[in-house]
Amino acid sequence: MATAIQCRDLRKTYDDGNVEAVRGLNLEIEAGECFGLLGPNGAGKTTTIEILEGLLAPTSGQVTILGQNWKDNAHELRESMGISLQETRLSEKLTVLETIELFSGFYRQPRSPVEVLEQMQLGEKADAWVGKLSGGQRQRLAVATALVGNPKILFLDEPTTGLDPQSRRQLWDIIRTFQQSGGTVLLTTHYMDEAERLCDRLAIIDHGQVIAEGTPSDLIERLGGHHMVEFQVSGNSDHDAVDIWKALPGVESVRHDNGFVCLNVHEPHLTIPALLDAVKKQGEHLLHLTTRQASLEDVFVRLTGRHLRED
Amino acid sequence: MTVAQQIPPKTLPVESRTLHNGRWSGFRHLLKARLLELKREREVIFWAFGFPVLLAIGLGIAFGHKSADIAPIAIVDSNGAADALSLLQHSPQSPSLRPGVVAESEALQGFRLGKYDLVVVPDGKGGFQYRYDPARPESVLARAQVDDALQTASGRKDPVPTTAVASSEPGSRYIDFLIPGLLGMNLMNSGMWGLGFALVDMRQRKLLKRFVGTPMRRSDFLLALISSRLVLMVIEIGILLGFGVLAFHMRVLGSLFSIVLLASMGAVSFGGLGLLVASRADKIESVSGLMNLVMMPMWIFSGVFFSSERFPALLQPFIKLLPLTALNDALRATILQGASLGAQSGRLLVLVLWGGISFVLALRWFRWT
Repeated sequence: MATAIQCRDLRKTYDDGNVEAVRGLNLEIEAGECFGLLGPNGAGKTTTIEILEGLLAPTSGQVTILGQNWKDNAHELRESMGISLQETRLSEKLTVLETIELFSGFYRQPRSPVEVLEQMQLGEKADAWVGKLSGGQRQRLAVATALVGNPKILFLDEPTTGLDPQSRRQLWDIIRTFQQSGGTVLLTTHYMDEAERLCDRLAIIDHGQVIAEGTPSDLIERLGGHHMVEFQVSGNSDHDAVDIWKALPGVESVRHDNGFVCLNVHEPHLTIPALLDAVKKQGEHLLHLTTRQASLEDVFVRLTGRHLRED
Repeated sequence: MTVAQQIPPKTLPVESRTLHNGRWSGFRHLLKARLLELKREREVIFWAFGFPVLLAIGLGIAFGHKSADIAPIAIVDSNGAADALSLLQHSPQSPSLRPGVVAESEALQGFRLGKYDLVVVPDGKGGFQYRYDPARPESVLARAQVDDALQTASGRKDPVPTTAVASSEPGSRYIDFLIPGLLGMNLMNSGMWGLGFALVDMRQRKLLKRFVGTPMRRSDFLLALISSRLVLMVIEIGILLGFGVLAFHMRVLGSLFSIVLLASMGAVSFGGLGLLVASRADKIESVSGLMNLVMMPMWIFSGVFFSSERFPALLQPFIKLLPLTALNDALRATILQGASLGAQSGRLLVLVLWGGISFVLALRWFRWT
């Protein structure tokens, strides 16, 4: 398969205050793939995607999009990509259709604006002013302005941040549809469920670097176990007990999280009886016990010791 | 079940209905969108079209009928005041004088506050003393008129017979002076705000950045903004001049073509200045201050409401180099005297230089993202 987006040793230092937003980042994204950049706020996701979009110049490093670079083929590249920035306030006093028509006017061979609106389920809102749209409708309009140019690559910077669950699902459908028609998608998100459901592959980014890369299930696999066992024991949550938990059968790793003990395990049916015995032996009892599938959040916490969204 | 499984593959024939856009498609769409936005923005309509007309009405009423003013005169109540009053009332100048006999303190107080233009103090021996303010033109005028009135009514014979005919011709009144000045000021205001404010607003909303992410030509974008200004300008001229002609019977001597050409140069020149002021700012607040800083000197010095010739000679070279002075002077010469554009190449050069240099610098410094 052809490479759609490639960057090597990407670095970006902002001149005010020596902030290193991106420090030596490498990515290779195949054509037809939906690739996600997952990371907490301030990890360098937006800087990275804006460099790839040609909106920011990197301090150093190489970017190749569809075999071309920004220096020599900027106009051609812009014809073949659609972008949605993290936050764009489109003109409030234009109608939805006028906005799409405006953007379609910039491309040599755009799609029919009406058709794009229908696909985005904005057909009924065609004559409404942008200022009157809901958050979800605005976000769909933003994606529509990216799709109307009939792009090969779609760049979406946090497309669903702040949206209600239904609007998020609508956007996911739109992105899937674009991908199934042969398009390549690069999106950033700090929602792990979004990354898990939508992305074929993803890179977890922290402090301007890729700290892990692969398919969502690969990344979870690398945790060492697909299951999480979370429990709380009466009495002091003694950190000395970590060794006891660690010694239980099938346990890969142990961490404390908000007073809970989280075990990453291969086989919960072996671990849990042993856990109950161990608690009983200490003369304590369980206050809480749950098991669940491991998620990318667990991957991230395992890698960085922090949560994706520190609220 | 995942999202992927819910959607049948290849649902949309994406390639089926593509359009083909030509070279100027982006420009046309930008211009259309800009004009639609302006049309829907009530404030723009008011500041561009309503405000100058309101100013013209207000100032036209305040200063329009000055010749009909009657000078209020205070005669201090003392021995001889009745004689003075009688003389003034029977003099040929009586229609333009309004004498009254009042106590001395009241007369002086009223004079200080501008209620009276002149105080006449009888000396009790048949003579009079005038109290007037040489810094107030109406006071000087009142002194001359009252003196004439008293002397003539007392039997002075003028050695040379003279007559006077009142003349208030269109073209020489204050409103005639004012309207081209308002036109110039309006071109400056809406040129700078229209471009500068719009750009910073779009930058703040990240819309500029979004546009730059499309194949849009940046030159088309700026061209469309300026073109929208020119469309608005033609309407502005039409309304303000039309108002002057209809409401104040103003006479426009210059050709409409020269006026529109001149106004276009003004609009583009101030558009360039607006672009320059807005080239880097990313907050409305910071650009507002900068705008006022640039425009303030021109409001004062460039002869909008009164002639710039009133400033000291030392300042004149500086004042003549301001773009609004050049535009106002050229508009007045063209509209009021029918001067040809060729005869004012100096003023045109000032406009072109301001506009040209601003554009070059603005494009060099302009921040899109």
